[in-house]
Amino acid sequence: MQENRKHLLGLEGVPAEEIKLILDTAESFKEVLDRPIPKVPTLRGKTIVNLFFEASTRTRFSFELAEKRLSADTLNFSTTASSVKKGETLRDTAQNIEAMKVDMVVIRHPASGAPHFLRHWIKGSVINAGDGCHEHPTQALLDMKTIQGIHNEFKGLRVAIVGDIIHSRVARSNIYGLTTMGAEVALCAPAPLIPYEAEKWNLKTFYNVDDAIAWADVLMVLRIQLERQSQNFFPTLREYHNYFGITRERLEKANKKITLMHPGPINRGIELDSDLADDPEYSVILDQVTNGVAIRMAILYLLSGETK
Amino acid sequence: MKKPLRKSQTIKNTKEMSNFKPAKKVLLKNASIIDGQNDYKSTFDLLIIDGKIKEMKPEIVSSSEFDGKIFDLSNKLLLPGFLDMHVHFREPGREDEETILSGARAAMTGGFTAVCTMPNTQPVTDNREIVEFIRDEISNHLISIYPVAAITRGQKGDELVEMAELIDAGVVAFSDDGKSVANSLVLRRAMEYARMFDVPIIEHCEDAGLAAGGAMHEGFVSTNLGMPGIPSIAEDVVVARNIQLAEYTKSKIHIAHISSAGAVELVRRAKEKNIQVTAEAAPHHFTLTDETIRSFDANFKMNPPLRSQKHIEAIVAGLKDGTIDAIATDHAPHSIEEKQVEFAAAPFGIIGLETAIGLIIKQLIKPGILNWNQAVEKLSINPYRIIGIPAPQIKERGIANLTIIDPEAKWKVNKDELCSKSRNTPFDGWEFKGNVIGVFNNCFYSLGEKQK
Repeated sequence: MQENRKHLLGLEGVPAEEIKLILDTAESFKEVLDRPIPKVPTLRGKTIVNLFFEASTRTRFSFELAEKRLSADTLNFSTTASSVKKGETLRDTAQNIEAMKVDMVVIRHPASGAPHFLRHWIKGSVINAGDGCHEHPTQALLDMKTIQGIHNEFKGLRVAIVGDIIHSRVARSNIYGLTTMGAEVALCAPAPLIPYEAEKWNLKTFYNVDDAIAWADVLMVLRIQLERQSQNFFPTLREYHNYFGITRERLEKANKKITLMHPGPINRGIELDSDLADDPEYSVILDQVTNGVAIRMAILYLLSGETK
Repeated sequence: MKKPLRKSQTIKNTKEMSNFKPAKKVLLKNASIIDGQNDYKSTFDLLIIDGKIKEMKPEIVSSSEFDGKIFDLSNKLLLPGFLDMHVHFREPGREDEETILSGARAAMTGGFTAVCTMPNTQPVTDNREIVEFIRDEISNHLISIYPVAAITRGQKGDELVEMAELIDAGVVAFSDDGKSVANSLVLRRAMEYARMFDVPIIEHCEDAGLAAGGAMHEGFVSTNLGMPGIPSIAEDVVVARNIQLAEYTKSKIHIAHISSAGAVELVRRAKEKNIQVTAEAAPHHFTLTDETIRSFDANFKMNPPLRSQKHIEAIVAGLKDGTIDAIATDHAPHSIEEKQVEFAAAPFGIIGLETAIGLIIKQLIKPGILNWNQAVEKLSINPYRIIGIPAPQIKERGIANLTIIDPEAKWKVNKDELCSKSRNTPFDGWEFKGNVIGVFNNCFYSLGEKQK
């Protein structure tokens, strides 16, 4: 880690050597997780609070497990009501946490920039566990760790991100991280789901999912939020599935080795065929979950400034 | 409506009044006059008696028994008083954010001797009682307020307000500022009705559907930040509609806080066709881009939003070629609590009265986009023309409605020292050269001391 890096707010602008360090550190924590007693005293005495202002199971569990594996003391705060509605502002919440002398804060929030805002009010480290449609850096890092486990290097690797790009923090963090590491990234979605001026990212864009499959080594399939349909981003879920859904038929037609990823939770039968999600021939979705814990251990450890 | 009793009224007669003095007998020496019309080569002395310019000539020799105030304005600029035709004073409703008197003090500091207050007070300025309340509040004050009333009751977009009565009460224009009148038929009727009185309709041009949920300009920065965008076309399509309506109904439309390149081009073409359209731009829209929002600081959140460089260049070009008639601040005070939140949750708007002159000099005059005479057109002559009030003139027998600028004064914005009750400025810490040092209006003046 850069000596001055205290927070992990996003992957935009994070240099390749730092990403590599996180991925390498995660590798050694993966080894810890395979031990009979998968726990190290690295963060003993440190207090970490998990602030979740948005529903989440896997990310929250993953962070909590990573914290416990590192022997940190953890606090959980979950609410689905927005801080504004509750009458307590994010700033108040932050200052309360600060008064409890917390070392690190993991935050998930529906507003883009909430972790960046929080950073101004607390002395400890801030880790972004997903902010609005902005970034979800730990997800992208665990995706990259998973890709690394299958493909030898990022350079020249073709990753197609398929689905609701405009609302996806996973897509953004992966775009920044993967391109920094030398991978080629393409976007594939109905046009209204690709954000305005996305062409300035200089990525390939496909409106035909078969073309994307033919091009890609890795397919990163995003969750289609069911309520998007009512906002006319695409006409119907049926049409979405028929024209952009990843099906066995489509993969078999491509007749190639391809890695299938999904950040979860999956809408089975909409963006991804159910049996494909469970087919180890293609799917690495459960590896993503396992790698998530190791990546989060690596990030917590590196930001804590502790030495192993 | 029974006028509520408020504490600020007692303050008005004590502390507030000490900010300015009666202009009974004041001699201004060696002033460089910039009136937007003439190109004076030499300086003038002005003798002001009871708020009027009694004498104006190259030299007025005062006798030893002259008992008025004398100010030497060597190397200072004397301009007609500025009119900011777009401010939000939060009274009635949110006196914690701005009162009429605190807003007036901010205006005075910024060199604006008059302002047009927008009607989105609580309750909305859509009836005579609130207009009279505002006028009462500012009576016997250096600052003049020309209120703008809502077009529709409660700014709801359906029923027209009683325009004739409101004009009788002192309203100079109508606007549902904060949003457009969505129903084109309602706006058509408003324009036709307002035409009888030759008062303009002012529109905040924004298609509610296209802008829905947006927090910042839609572009590559919003794409990067995953922030819902307000596209420039949300402004363009409504500007286009409004221009068509103005042409069809032969009435006046004024485009508030124009911010998009497309809208500037539409106004330019409409003016070529002699359609009665005018436009104003805010200092932040010719100064800051959407890149600033990478900080997630809600003091960069306003509506229309800060746009990209291309749009800034269009605003600047529009100011230069006269497409944009006026500079107005869209002074929009908000409490610290409301702004110190995550970006999406914050309200739109920034204060602007006290930083406008610094930005105009830095962004427009220094780079040669406007000369001082053109700046006077944008700040005084044109805004007065748009609202149909005679603009102040610097001449003998004229009213002493003046703004005095020291072009060499170096200063730095300190948000905690502003006269506004609110602190929501993105320009805290900015350094400027050139500042307002005094104003005259309504038989009062403030000069020669810190106004706070």
